[in-house]
Amino acid sequence: MELQTIWFFLWGLLWAVFFMTSGFDFGIGTIYPFAGKTDTDRRTMLNAIGPLWDGNEVWLITAGGVTFAAFPLVYATMFSALYTPLMLILFALIFRGVAIHFRSKIDTPAWKKVWDFLIFIGSFLPALLFGVAFANIFQGIPFDDQGLYHGNTLRLLNPYGLLGGLLFVLLFIVHGANWMAIKSAGALQTRMVAISQKTWLILVPVAVIFLIASYFATDLYANYFQYPVLFFVTLVNVAALLSIRYFVHKKTYFKAWFASAVTIVLCTFFGIIGLFPALFPSSMNPDWHLTAFNASSSPLTLKIMLAVVLVFIPIVICYQIWAYHLFKNPVTQEDLDMDEAY
Amino acid sequence: MDPVFLSRLQFAAATMFHFLFVPLTLGLSILVAYMETKYARTGKENYLRMTKFWGKLFLINFALGVVTGITLEFQFGTNWSRYSAYVGDIFGSLLAIEASVAFFLESTFIGIWIFGWKKLSPKAHAGVMWVIAFAGNMSAVWILLANGFMQNPVGYVIRDGRAELDSFFALITNKHGILEIIHVIPSALLLSAFFIMGVAAWHLLRKQHLDVFEPSFRIGLVVGLVSAVLVAVTGDMHGVNVSKTQPAKLAAMESHWETQTRAPLVLFAIPDEENERNRIEIGAIPGILSFLGFHDFNAEVTGLRDIPKDERPPVLPTFIGFRTMVGLGTLFILLTVYGWFKRNKLLENPTYLKIMMFSLPLPYIAIEMGWIVSEVGRQPWIVYGLMKTAEAASPVSTTQVFTSLMGFILVYGLLGAVGFFLMAKTVKEGPEAATR
Repeated sequence: MELQTIWFFLWGLLWAVFFMTSGFDFGIGTIYPFAGKTDTDRRTMLNAIGPLWDGNEVWLITAGGVTFAAFPLVYATMFSALYTPLMLILFALIFRGVAIHFRSKIDTPAWKKVWDFLIFIGSFLPALLFGVAFANIFQGIPFDDQGLYHGNTLRLLNPYGLLGGLLFVLLFIVHGANWMAIKSAGALQTRMVAISQKTWLILVPVAVIFLIASYFATDLYANYFQYPVLFFVTLVNVAALLSIRYFVHKKTYFKAWFASAVTIVLCTFFGIIGLFPALFPSSMNPDWHLTAFNASSSPLTLKIMLAVVLVFIPIVICYQIWAYHLFKNPVTQEDLDMDEAY
Repeated sequence: MDPVFLSRLQFAAATMFHFLFVPLTLGLSILVAYMETKYARTGKENYLRMTKFWGKLFLINFALGVVTGITLEFQFGTNWSRYSAYVGDIFGSLLAIEASVAFFLESTFIGIWIFGWKKLSPKAHAGVMWVIAFAGNMSAVWILLANGFMQNPVGYVIRDGRAELDSFFALITNKHGILEIIHVIPSALLLSAFFIMGVAAWHLLRKQHLDVFEPSFRIGLVVGLVSAVLVAVTGDMHGVNVSKTQPAKLAAMESHWETQTRAPLVLFAIPDEENERNRIEIGAIPGILSFLGFHDFNAEVTGLRDIPKDERPPVLPTFIGFRTMVGLGTLFILLTVYGWFKRNKLLENPTYLKIMMFSLPLPYIAIEMGWIVSEVGRQPWIVYGLMKTAEAASPVSTTQVFTSLMGFILVYGLLGAVGFFLMAKTVKEGPEAATR
């Protein structure tokens, strides 16, 4: 396989892993004000992601950094064309980050109320906007051969874009509720299981509509029709989606969470496979698509970066698995009483 | 107003605000790791209370550092897309390496440190802080190498209308980058030492928590003294290097207009950029500028008049920045040397403690000024000699940049206020009371 092809799929994988890991953080933040009835509930939710969310967020930094390193032209064009939504995402992430750290520093209702609101906005908005952004990328973005953007930011909120946003939000809510089912007990756990099940019932039709809408709104299926074997990935995706419900029903919540993780990765790959070899297609002219072959770095940079990624990302995965393992048990009252707890 | 100017303002605001938190993260992580190791080795509980107290301040600061850092990585794409497309082959890879090699480690282990007190043995827990300290400083190394490329591009070839990597080895052994690393890391330690001494002084003046703050102050004093000297030495090395690689910056640092040998150092001056001279000049000491730049009293120093007008950096901020940085750097050495002689009689020297308390913000000012010298002094280039800042911006509209700039000012202003409030509150509360 060519270096650029390898990098195209690595690029997709890094974004997929970001959605998989930060996905449950975003999902939990989205249901946080509604499902967290008491302060203890809310603190349990924050402490359930407390030790992990910082590390999860770095997948975004790495995905961004790798886009910059391997496909500089994509990095330059994508982020300047999507200037306003990206700025909104970044501000939302700022709010979420400080809110999680600072909420429990002062024990007054007014102080907590402010941060609670920001935790919700800081989780819901990125979930929605990443979905909107990626759905728009699947459709193509109006930019010319100079990388100049000819669109209007509000046009990103077209029906297909919004459908993508909705899909992401629902996926992340199910994923987050599954994680909470692992990390909580009693009434809160029961509530989380119910949220996972009910949201799943909405998620399935939305996913089906998205698959159908993709046929009309995008060219994603072209690769699939050319190589029908690729539909196998979609099949596994559907199986993972269905198995979430099964595992939740069986009360094997870790498996349910793993199934939602796989679903998110494969949903991302549904688009990545369809996009290939384009990373950032132009809706104005197919000749202006930024692809793995016309927007990549030099072979030397790609080689060096491949070595770096192949050595260090497995190491990262190892110590992150260790961290997950260290904090796999439900959050207890004793955990909440700790001085450092959120 | 044009988008380039607004993008510059936005980037300056975002980096300068980010860098209020970075040095304390870099330095304090090392010092907290040292304190916790002391606790793990001796079992003395005042070291545990010390670790937890400074650890709390470290975490508030860390949170602000992280959230303000994320925006920076993406601003190269949003606001400097032409720059990103032109040098991404090189610059982007350094940022990606930073994330995958260092920032991952730091962020994952910070969660383990915060929540792992009961899950890990004291020694392992202290080890986690050492990992954080190592990873944080490794992050700085890669970011500074990236900045080093902007200051002194090496290891590239121009191919297909962009800069492509030619030698990775040259890139990571870039002299300018290495000099930045050995200057910035001691200055981060210096700032952290002054932070510790300033906070400790406040408590020592109130004669409270002595078993935590006396040893804390002494740690700060030793680290402060050593790093103040290192900062001065590496700063001098920088000066010599810059005079060779960026003569325009050197001339702007000194507001030096006329090319001459035995160039003087002017103690006080008001630059007049329009008329290419200094309006007022007081106290010129012959030969000193030549010596600072070239370690030779007779060396010729190029004046700004011999540099084309469109290749001159803004003189006033570079000039003031350099003076403030060097003045404060000298003060730091004096303060820590004096303190070292009084290290065993701190409580009997309330005036010294008061001075150290009020000196807490000074390293912050010195470091920001240092960056102004480095970055404003590099203008009009974004990559020295290769690409001008004016050619580097994204084709985005003024409205977009103006709106995001206002957002940055508002949000960062609020964050700064909240962060300061929480830090002050934590400082006032002090460490837990001794159990005995």
